[in-house]
Amino acid sequence: MTGPHPTLVFRQEAAELLEHLEADLLDLEGVPDCQELIDGIFRALHTIKGSGAMYGFERVAAFTHHVETAFDAVRQGRADATPALIAVTLAARDHIRGLIEHPDSIDDAVGTAILARLGTMQDKSAPPPATAPPARTWRVRFRLPQDAMATGTNPVLLLDDLRTLGTATVVARTDLIPPLEEISPTECYLGWDVVLSTEAPKSTIEEVFLFVRDEMELDIEPIDPLDADKRLGEILVERADVSKKAVDAALAKQERLGKLLIGAGELSQEKLTSALAEQKHLRAEVRQDAGSIRVPAERLDELVDRVGELVIAQSRLKQVAHASRDVQVKSIAEEIERLARELQDTTMGVRMVQIGSLFGRFRRLVHDLAQELGKSIALSTFGEETEIDKTVIERLNDPLIHLIRNAIDHGLETDARRAEIGKPLQGLIRLGARHAGGEVLISISDDGHGLDRARIQSRAEEQGLIERGANVSDHELFQLIFQPGFSTADAVTKLSGRGVGMDVVKRTIDALRGTIDIASNEGRGTEVTLRLPLTLAIIDGLLVRVGRGRYVIPLAAVEECVELSSEEDARSRGRSFLNIRGDLVPFLRLRELFNTSTPADRYQKVVIVSSSELRVGLVVDQVIGDHQTVIKSLSKLHADVANFSGATILGDGTVALILDVAHLVEFGQVREERLKAAG
Amino acid sequence: MRTWSGNRSLEVLTLDLEGEIFAIEAEQVREILDLVPITEVPGSQPFVKGLINVRGRVVPFADPRLRFGMEERPPTIDTRIVVIEVELDGDPTTVGIRADKVYEVTELAAAALEETPKIGMRWRPEFIRCIGKRGPDFVVVLDMGRVLSSGGRADTSLIWQSAPERRG
Repeated sequence: MTGPHPTLVFRQEAAELLEHLEADLLDLEGVPDCQELIDGIFRALHTIKGSGAMYGFERVAAFTHHVETAFDAVRQGRADATPALIAVTLAARDHIRGLIEHPDSIDDAVGTAILARLGTMQDKSAPPPATAPPARTWRVRFRLPQDAMATGTNPVLLLDDLRTLGTATVVARTDLIPPLEEISPTECYLGWDVVLSTEAPKSTIEEVFLFVRDEMELDIEPIDPLDADKRLGEILVERADVSKKAVDAALAKQERLGKLLIGAGELSQEKLTSALAEQKHLRAEVRQDAGSIRVPAERLDELVDRVGELVIAQSRLKQVAHASRDVQVKSIAEEIERLARELQDTTMGVRMVQIGSLFGRFRRLVHDLAQELGKSIALSTFGEETEIDKTVIERLNDPLIHLIRNAIDHGLETDARRAEIGKPLQGLIRLGARHAGGEVLISISDDGHGLDRARIQSRAEEQGLIERGANVSDHELFQLIFQPGFSTADAVTKLSGRGVGMDVVKRTIDALRGTIDIASNEGRGTEVTLRLPLTLAIIDGLLVRVGRGRYVIPLAAVEECVELSSEEDARSRGRSFLNIRGDLVPFLRLRELFNTSTPADRYQKVVIVSSSELRVGLVVDQVIGDHQTVIKSLSKLHADVANFSGATILGDGTVALILDVAHLVEFGQVREERLKAAG
Repeated sequence: MRTWSGNRSLEVLTLDLEGEIFAIEAEQVREILDLVPITEVPGSQPFVKGLINVRGRVVPFADPRLRFGMEERPPTIDTRIVVIEVELDGDPTTVGIRADKVYEVTELAAAALEETPKIGMRWRPEFIRCIGKRGPDFVVVLDMGRVLSSGGRADTSLIWQSAPERRG
């Protein structure tokens, strides 16, 4: 077997556990008596200790043991999860991470100091800690007294109670149901077999049946959870549904055991169903750990590349099939189209990651900055379940750190200042994500004092970025803070640092084919919105023709297609805008933009596209149709070419360029404003 | 300027541009294709005006004729695309080069290789790797990395200005 090195596996696992640990600790600060969180923290520590020792990380194991002991006091209710304790545990968590990642540079004195602080918070009289009970699997078989329904017992509630304890597989035993005419509606004929995996002890399971306990049949037995590959025969014998002898006899005949036993009259169908369900449950319990596998990112990228090529080949096949008269070829082409589409969706899905995994990292950042700067800050997040391409997520980390740091450091006022102007003492940072069309919007907002428009303007004038006294829109002005070196610490005291690293933010987002919007309300706060494409690999596109060239417009940006009537065409020679249901939308003639020499088609079409809530019409000769677009980037030789964000290969094998909608919209809007200014 | 200082022979692909023989180092050449449809990139430098599909990859297409100040000519039956791989700003980049005709892969003996003369050359010396001799003919071995690397930028002085006459 050539898997990754075991220590590497431990490092990865530990990194995940430490991440959870941090999140749980931060959560615990808000709800200090949440047993579930405390248990989660304890379990994480326990696992790190255990696997640390197993993989030879002795220092990790030794140190974590003490932290675990301290936290056990909390778990058993002998100590409180005070903010002080949480702060020390967070420090301990960082120390553990250091010990795992770069053990040589970590001084044991740091660990000793942390343990000393932990020690002072511990309950000295406490007995030695017990280890957490491992999850066990129980077989719970019960049958209610016949009059149970009449006395108000609801079996569904009992089953629900069992489900809250852990993972439960429920099978109803229907063997005692009488023929229809003999059924009394108030009587309960059903029995249940429940296979339950839970950490709760047997007594807790018994408590569920507390009120019906006396007259019911109840049988709770442990099942060895490691025995997932248990044979059906063994399960049946263990449950006393059938004798060992009968099983052996049946096995000798080498057919499906269950069927044989039923045939031999040794077993009822219901009992078999129940036993099979148990087998399945046990296997699922074991499989849960193997439910996800780690795959190197490069392999995923390769997979996406291959699927991209498949999509191109498939669209060629589609074209050939379309021209063919052979019905069989057509139907195969359709089948392959469907399969390719599904494969593509699945592959893209594999690359999608919930953005919550990224947001989680910033809670610590906010927590630490708040302490460092002495500001009280609440972080609220929304849309954690929003999915986005893994590559995009990884590259978002640094820009988001910059933006959050800026918001806290320079956006939020000090507590004293907030009290003075009557704002709630605690500053609020909101971090959220949502889908909008083919884009993901990520916003970072604060309720601080907002951007100081006048200062940015005067600073920009000083640096010669804009003319003195120029009338600049908020949008244009705020974009200036992304200029490299725009704000330096000594130049603008109140805004110092706003813009430090902002050019890095801008560059990263540009590289991801995204855009940045800033909205600011003086005195009330700033909101930065990042717009990012959902994926970097394959998009739906609208294929259009301009002159002899064919171009792809990302479908997500397309709002509608309209015809450019000849009178509108003639009227708009000077000013280029269309009247779309009362709104004036500027438009660009792609033929002019691309210096097309062929004669224009008689009926020109306008594709209305939008970006950053601005709209622009693109005049084309023909709208061809939708096209699955595998995005290929342009080489350095075309780095100077604006208007295009990439290229793709069409069904006939020729190359088509993909229009850069954000750029075109900006270009169109700017040109329109200039025309307006010129009168 | 880079000069040829090796003392081993050099394997090259010889090709024709406007009746002159040029050579590209054979180790840079990936394949030779018949002319394929070229997608124009509006707004690009004329010299790298298009894109082609090379086995499912989108590859820029360059016409060295325009780089060397020659006139644009319609393709003939001999026109080929030579797909080469060169380093541009440190990144290996695949580029399709238009040639009026492709001759052969040949070996230029070390003794037949000369450094680029500083004067009396029609071609800008920085584009030239070295000069080789095949029988009575001179062969200009191009430094494709340099020919292409300034191709993306505005650079109008394509011909070595101080070279007044054709080398004969």
